[in-house]
Amino acid sequence: MSVAGIGALPALVAQGGPVVPQFEQGSDCVRENKGFCWDWFTQNFDRVFSDRIIQHIELTAIAVSIGFVLAFAAALITYRYPRIGTPVTIFFAFLYTIPSLAFFQLMVPVTGLTWTSAEIALVSYTLLILYRNTLTGLQEVPGDALEAAQAMGLTRRQTMMRVELPLALPAIIAGIRIAVVTIISLATVAAFIGVGGLGQPIFNAIQDGFKTQFVAAGVLAVVLALVADALLVIVQRLLTPWARAKVG
Amino acid sequence: MESTGVPAGASAAPIAFHGVTKRYPGRESTPAIKDLSLEVPAGEICVLIGPSGSGKTTAMKMVNRLIDITDGDISIGGQSVRRMDLTELRRGIGYVFQQIGLFPHMSVQDNIGTVPRLLGWDKARIRDRVAELLELVGLEPSDAKRYPGQFSGGQRQRIGVARAMAADPPLMLMDEPFGAIDPITRERLQADFLRLHREVRKTIIFVTHDIDEAIKMGDRVAILREGELVQYDTPDQILANPANDFIADFVGADRGLKRLRLRRLADIELDPAASNGDADSVPTVEDSMSLRDALSMMVTLRSTALNVVGGSGEPRGRVTLETLTQFMDTGESGPAAQERVGEPEPEPAPAEPEPRP
Repeated sequence: MSVAGIGALPALVAQGGPVVPQFEQGSDCVRENKGFCWDWFTQNFDRVFSDRIIQHIELTAIAVSIGFVLAFAAALITYRYPRIGTPVTIFFAFLYTIPSLAFFQLMVPVTGLTWTSAEIALVSYTLLILYRNTLTGLQEVPGDALEAAQAMGLTRRQTMMRVELPLALPAIIAGIRIAVVTIISLATVAAFIGVGGLGQPIFNAIQDGFKTQFVAAGVLAVVLALVADALLVIVQRLLTPWARAKVG
Repeated sequence: MESTGVPAGASAAPIAFHGVTKRYPGRESTPAIKDLSLEVPAGEICVLIGPSGSGKTTAMKMVNRLIDITDGDISIGGQSVRRMDLTELRRGIGYVFQQIGLFPHMSVQDNIGTVPRLLGWDKARIRDRVAELLELVGLEPSDAKRYPGQFSGGQRQRIGVARAMAADPPLMLMDEPFGAIDPITRERLQADFLRLHREVRKTIIFVTHDIDEAIKMGDRVAILREGELVQYDTPDQILANPANDFIADFVGADRGLKRLRLRRLADIELDPAASNGDADSVPTVEDSMSLRDALSMMVTLRSTALNVVGGSGEPRGRVTLETLTQFMDTGESGPAAQERVGEPEPEPAPAEPEPRP
């Protein structure tokens, strides 16, 4: 995630030369601009990072939620009408391959330097992952379970709600996990169009060359991704108790 | 609240095929099932058997309309399946198949309770029913909370049978239910299922490709070939009087031996006078032994006769090799000829399948 920022952005953003206003007032560590100053991080966490973390979570949550609704609907329709599978996959794959920085920039003339621009781009990146996982999950429901459902007189809707979706759930949640981690990473780039999130302190640090802020924001994004993933693993375990039931 | 689509309180319903034909699109000239008519009295097991492509599974699946009927009709307890609501029809018919099709994400209790839940039973009633069924099929009450993945193949098929019987359907369809199960477990499941069927009289349509299973399980056996019914009769009659060379070939050259397995020594007339005589040189066996095992015993022990005793050792008489060979090849039936081993209930004379009036 931050790898892309380090490589691509100084040339674009840091044109005025480093501006390091706090350097004189800080500790030795800050004045010498060492790799990471723990004291500065703890003293400035609330001011510099806490709102950014909230923004980052919001950006991610909204993108994955909207992406899930769209991808889920597309997967359900494809499951019924498999013929549309190929065009939908090609379209979502096309969106997925647009370079993120270019995507955010492309949206600016359309929807401005807004959350909408950022979310449109982020949602686009979730679609392929969520669509493919949901569809695969549904397609891999065992045929014998479907035959049993049909023979027992479950309606199509009952079969979907009671058999197909529950059995597709592990694949669906696996898709959500990948999407969440991907979007937490990509959302740092959204700061490029000024919508905040943990990308903002990274961009600022690139501009003024302040290493501690740069490292702290990057590590926070990684930690956020790990925590989100761990929470989703717990959700998955709670929702699919049968998957862990072993013989014996 | 929905009805099960079959007469309330019926524990078994008769079923009848009336001139049923199935044609698949694009293959209209060679119907998968051709003008099939047969009747299964309430509470009997009818085995459909034939080589692959004979249409036995197709015929079965038209009963709950997993496959649509092209022509003719099937009636359950006098009601046409074509006129019944599809979901109600299916909820009123138990369905067991080779792949079992348990829902891996549901506990055993939820699997068995699927149809009762659809029918709107309350939770306590479902729980009681599940406990009752688990006992009936030989599983533990504590198994209710476990998941299908935690059971062996044989146990899973027991759960499958319990699930099919959950809402007490008057009719059950069984499509090679024991086909994927190892031979030893299969024998036990077959025996257990026959015992269960004596307790819970359901009408059953049972598809298999295994003639031994057909003879063992069926009150009647319908042999199909290329979509046509070739012979429909009791196992004993089919073995004794195969309708043509195809049937004779299909049931096997050892059909005489197979007939012997249908009877126990207790079912035949023994020679009472001979039971004293030279008792020392003649081996003694219990009357629960099948005629086939008795023959095997004679061959093994190089004896032409056996002394037969009852369960508590009381003498019953003597059976000779000559008696056994009569049962093998004459078609001559003793008083208990229509009975299956271990199932001493009288059976009506085999009815010719009637065409629809």
